[in-house]
Amino acid sequence: MRLLKKTDILLIAILAAIPLGMLAFNAISAMNYDETRLVILKDGEIYGTYPLTDDRIIEIGDTNICEISGGEVKMTFADCPDQVCVHSARINSYGGSIVCLPNKIILSIENAEEDEDPNAPDAIAR
Amino acid sequence: MNDINMPPHRGGTATRTAYLGLFMALAILMGYVEAIIPVQMPVPGMKLGLPNLVIAAVLYLYSWKEAVIISALRVVVIGFLFGNMFSITYGLPGAVFSLLIMAVLKRTGIFSIIGVSAAGGTAHNIAQTAVAFLIVKGFPVRWYLPLLMIAGLLAGTLIGFADSLIIPRISPEAHAK
Repeated sequence: MRLLKKTDILLIAILAAIPLGMLAFNAISAMNYDETRLVILKDGEIYGTYPLTDDRIIEIGDTNICEISGGEVKMTFADCPDQVCVHSARINSYGGSIVCLPNKIILSIENAEEDEDPNAPDAIAR
Repeated sequence: MNDINMPPHRGGTATRTAYLGLFMALAILMGYVEAIIPVQMPVPGMKLGLPNLVIAAVLYLYSWKEAVIISALRVVVIGFLFGNMFSITYGLPGAVFSLLIMAVLKRTGIFSIIGVSAAGGTAHNIAQTAVAFLIVKGFPVRWYLPLLMIAGLLAGTLIGFADSLIIPRISPEAHAK
């Protein structure tokens, strides 16, 4: 068990390149967004969509509260014990998402024109 | 009679069982240490994975069979003691998939424990993301997967580095394996 072989470095480099490439792809596709909005999913269905330009506090059912302020979104309250989503980093127009796994709530930033999102069949109806 | 100083991967069934029990206890203890670290991670699921220090060591000192048993059991025990149902639902597939990848990479013989553990950490978080995708409809995989892969890679590399220092001290013979 020699310390760090060349093959290890190669393996680690490949394993680092894949996610970094994915992040770069995400960031580039986010740059093309002219208008972004916050989409809230609850149990896999769209709970609501909100523009990032208006500051507001949104109650999601009885379990979670999120806040839009200054173009950034943050989960401010969750009734679950782990509080992972409350401690998640803020998300803004460059994309990203906040997930509350216990309550199956997802806050994500999407392009306003991206109504053909396969995960959101209700988007057009609304 | 077994010498108390005998390396843990040697000896009869009783010695092995006793040592594996100790490794199991150590893995659970590591889970406790991790649970009391007060730092909140910005990305859910991001963890150092201290118990994997023990799991990777068991993989090298014994075999993948002992490692998978200890790994699966510690996820359940740690989940009940210090976590919740979610840490078990997400942790168990992660632990098993990670160990599978590590066992295969170890068998190729071209990587040291650092590379093996780095890949194991990455694999763990890929499996966790997959579970989240199956459970939560609309889970944003394209944001979480790369972040969790990087987190797993960093944690796995650190764990592997630490183990590369620990294992020769527990058992100089595991070196040659």
